[in-house]
Amino acid sequence: MASTAVAEQTEKNLWGGGVSPFKASYGKLMMWFFLLSDAFTFSGLLITYGLLRYSYPAYQGKISDFVASYDYWPVPEKIFDAVPFLHGVSIPLAFVGLMTFILIMSSVTMVLAVEAGHRMDRKAVMRWMLWTIAGGIAFLACQAWEWTHFIHGTDHGLTLANGVTVFGANLSQNEYGPQLFADLFFFITGFHGTHVLSGVVLNVIIFYQASMGTFEQRGHYEMVEKVGLYWHFVDLVWVFVFTFFYLI
Amino acid sequence: MAHLLEETSHVQAIPADRAKIMKLWKIAGVLLVVTIIEFIFAFTMPRGWLLIAVFVSLTIVKAFYIVSEFMHLKHETKVLIWSIIVPMIFVIWLLVALINEGGAILQVR
Repeated sequence: MASTAVAEQTEKNLWGGGVSPFKASYGKLMMWFFLLSDAFTFSGLLITYGLLRYSYPAYQGKISDFVASYDYWPVPEKIFDAVPFLHGVSIPLAFVGLMTFILIMSSVTMVLAVEAGHRMDRKAVMRWMLWTIAGGIAFLACQAWEWTHFIHGTDHGLTLANGVTVFGANLSQNEYGPQLFADLFFFITGFHGTHVLSGVVLNVIIFYQASMGTFEQRGHYEMVEKVGLYWHFVDLVWVFVFTFFYLI
Repeated sequence: MAHLLEETSHVQAIPADRAKIMKLWKIAGVLLVVTIIEFIFAFTMPRGWLLIAVFVSLTIVKAFYIVSEFMHLKHETKVLIWSIIVPMIFVIWLLVALINEGGAILQVR
């Protein structure tokens, strides 16, 4: 019997542990699979937007003559044209462009934090994490302004067939077009914003732990990498939200 | 209190590799340039299926750079890459099915 036990020890046993076919740690692998499931959730939401948008007639006239109506889906560049401090001035997509820029830059600072973690450079990790947190907060602030503007509406509003004028949008009225347009705006950008918010919270925790020397004691900065994956995913989702909600 | 302000760490940081960091900034540059191109198309091209195709392709270009370089997926093992990419088939299927359905709803609305 003893000879069998020896044979098992020397033979490379796939089920005996010590082998990692993905060559990634448990935490990183599970973060990837969580992000895959989250990608399905966002795909579901964005494809629903596509379904409902395509089920409404498209606006047919010239873009410059566009006025909102319940009868057709709005042209996004005519809806998202407001910029803070420039009341009544129409600058299409400028503000959402700024938000995209902020989120891409915070993704870059995150990847620089991960790179500094590989080099065990605590100060550089802290510096880049702080920039990433600042980017995330700036994005959330922009989104708060955009929501406020969307909810309060324009000066002219939309006059319905029964003579009532509605201003802004909520879950029961919408001056920008069909009701579903406002519902999808709140749901999709809100769900993404919730992800940004939880990402900022995770980044703050990582910044705190890095500054307390937790990762130095642990001997590696893998936690920065895992939260980095999540943060890049949030940026990735915004790339798709930007295209499907604001451009198309 | 002076001892609290002193550097408590004795872990030696490895100096940064400039070429590696420049590569990261270059990818950021690509993402910004592609976004600017999207803006130019949004205001110069007539709306229609061609414009939608352009936007979707440019979005996939951006997604490729974020996932492969920022999320480092390109440098993982093959089996990990495929186990993330292959399930996306379901998303494409859902997209085709529901856009088709949307067209059908438009017909009866």
